[in-house]
Amino acid sequence: MSGHVHKDYTGAKFGMWLFLFTEILLFGGLFILYSVYLSRYPQEFISAGKELNVWFGGGNTLVLLTSSLFVAVSITALRRGAKRLCLGLLGGTIVCAVIFMVNKYFEWSAKIDHGIYPGSAHLKEMLPGEMVFFNIYYLTTGLHGIHVVIGALILAWTMALVKSDKVNANDWVILENAGLYWHLVDLIWIFIFPLYYLILH
Amino acid sequence: MSEMTAPTTSDRGFFGEAKYPGIFGWIFSTDHKRIGLLYFWCIFFFFCVGAFLGLLIRLELFAPGETIMGAQTYNAVFTLHGVIMIFLFIIPGIPAAFGNLILPIQIGARDVAFPKLNLFSWWLYITGAILAVTSLFTGGGPPDTGWTFYVPFSAQTSTNVSLAAIAVFILGFSSILTGLNFVTTVHRLRAEGMGWFRLPLFTWALYSTAWVQILATPVIGITVALLFAERVIGTGLFDPTQGGDPIMFQHLFWIYSHPAVYIMVLPGMGVVSDIIPVFSRKPAFGYKAILISSLAIAFAGSLVWAHHMFTSGISDLAVMVFSFLTFIVAIPSAIKVFNWLATMYQGSILLDPPMLFALSFILLFTIGGLTGLVLGSAATDVHVHDTYFVVGHFHFVMFGGTGMAFFAAMHYWLPMIYGRMYDKTVATVAWGVMMIGFLILYISMKVVGMQGMPRRYYDYVPEFTGLNQLATVGSWILAVGLVLLFANIIRGLFWGDPLEANPWGSASLEWQVSSPPPTENFDEDPVVTHGPYDFKQAGIL
Repeated sequence: MSGHVHKDYTGAKFGMWLFLFTEILLFGGLFILYSVYLSRYPQEFISAGKELNVWFGGGNTLVLLTSSLFVAVSITALRRGAKRLCLGLLGGTIVCAVIFMVNKYFEWSAKIDHGIYPGSAHLKEMLPGEMVFFNIYYLTTGLHGIHVVIGALILAWTMALVKSDKVNANDWVILENAGLYWHLVDLIWIFIFPLYYLILH
Repeated sequence: MSEMTAPTTSDRGFFGEAKYPGIFGWIFSTDHKRIGLLYFWCIFFFFCVGAFLGLLIRLELFAPGETIMGAQTYNAVFTLHGVIMIFLFIIPGIPAAFGNLILPIQIGARDVAFPKLNLFSWWLYITGAILAVTSLFTGGGPPDTGWTFYVPFSAQTSTNVSLAAIAVFILGFSSILTGLNFVTTVHRLRAEGMGWFRLPLFTWALYSTAWVQILATPVIGITVALLFAERVIGTGLFDPTQGGDPIMFQHLFWIYSHPAVYIMVLPGMGVVSDIIPVFSRKPAFGYKAILISSLAIAFAGSLVWAHHMFTSGISDLAVMVFSFLTFIVAIPSAIKVFNWLATMYQGSILLDPPMLFALSFILLFTIGGLTGLVLGSAATDVHVHDTYFVVGHFHFVMFGGTGMAFFAAMHYWLPMIYGRMYDKTVATVAWGVMMIGFLILYISMKVVGMQGMPRRYYDYVPEFTGLNQLATVGSWILAVGLVLLFANIIRGLFWGDPLEANPWGSASLEWQVSSPPPTENFDEDPVVTHGPYDFKQAGIL
């Protein structure tokens, strides 16, 4: 019987897309809360949004967009047999993920130094809408940060598979699915960035 | 269709072909049947624990005042009863156990689309279950919030809600991955000739359920994650002193948990849809109507969550809209009931145990469904909200519906998996005892609820004593029936007579394999030439 050996690429990608859908719905809960509280406290969301640094957010947006480009090109590279180029691009993606997290670390530290973090005394003196804004900001970017780390780990694992030729020019669906996951991480950030950093406009 | 092979006692099918020795051949197996049985026995175990807790609740309510436990213990016991029954029995019950056992064989596949992911789902289920049980004995004591985890109480109570929230998150993840696996399996692995309209109705029901699992479960994931964050780092998104709104928790909770009601009941409807035609010896009446109503329930059921919140302070307009939408869900449910009845009309009905359970599903689910409309209509709901009427209602739908379907599936399919038959007479007697106990127990609850007894109190005023004692006696009869039922089926599956081929006379694919089925189900890929209820073409009539 040869039942086990067959690889169903369409099926594998179908499953991955379904999984990405569940991720969107997971973040969807936070976006729903954001929209409800935005309609309740529009002024306070704007005044709190001014506290966020557009340069940090914008920089991280560029970093993530670049990383997504790397992943997309790495898939094409592998399919054309350029294994070393593929590995280099994947490495570049992981570097981008690290830059993103370091950036995030400095951004959060600055906020925390100013006494703005969930449950802090300073935060509790703010207006209700501002408290909500910062709480949901930390939750959303925190959950997204966890996804960046998971995505980077998945890409590192995929790199190991590419290196040992388990993922190769003829069998690359794992790389493609890992790439899809990374694009999702990127895509969610594309929504987070304007909602939190550009709201004052 | 492959040749029917009569099972022999020496041929142990997949039981004889373990990849690893001993228990590892089970807990590391990617065979859908082994995973299905792992689920089944875990779920079976948790059902017994949950039922035992239910008996304790009834015992406490035998007389007013403290009978066998104090208020705090009572709160913990009913929370535990709810959490175990909902998250560890009813939600995974039919889809994870019987979905895994039956679905791939029904569509002519050798396994699910992602066997390793399937094993991972089971590990997540076990991890979540262990965490849920651990949360009872560690930290600040067992959670006392009820299974709904409503804020602000759940954010403030010192009991171990955080760990329980993690457990729910992990169980949800397991449910998502199972749903994803089934949807992909149905799309990709149907055998040659198994068109969409030749899928058995059980598969159709699981397919609809799987979509709900995929689309609704992430929302409970984020909800309990936010509850966890609120407790551990004080994010206060649901805390009014920090500008949050507790009602938003209820919205998010029910956006999942109402569709979850359909995760619970749709697979049960699928079981009944598969059993009724076989035991009526007639093709399913309105096959397409039944499958479309499955999809319609999955869709409409996702739009009605706020009917749990009529008394929570939502706007009058929202109450009317959600009340209206709730009534709409009754239509596809009724379509199913009418089609089942029409299937039986002029059929030659065989009252074997699976059919008895399927029939009690129809009866009890209809009663439960109609009393659900009392709750769905805002004007009457205001009067019976949070009374024992609600408890009676959802036990009729959940236990009388899904529970009975689970027992129907046990008596219908497990003999095929094990290759042995239970004693049908004992099963029938046990069914009768259960039904008597069931009706006494839950009808008393409904009546006492109409009289105004609130749910979730360990005490009550003396006027309610009579009906409460009646209910408790009913719970004992029900327990006797359950013990008899389980003892009989366990004896049958392990020591019963060898099964004759296709004992119920089904035209569906899962009965055409040898029993117990071999590891990859089919010796050669099957080619399907007729529908699952085409008894004439299958040569059964």
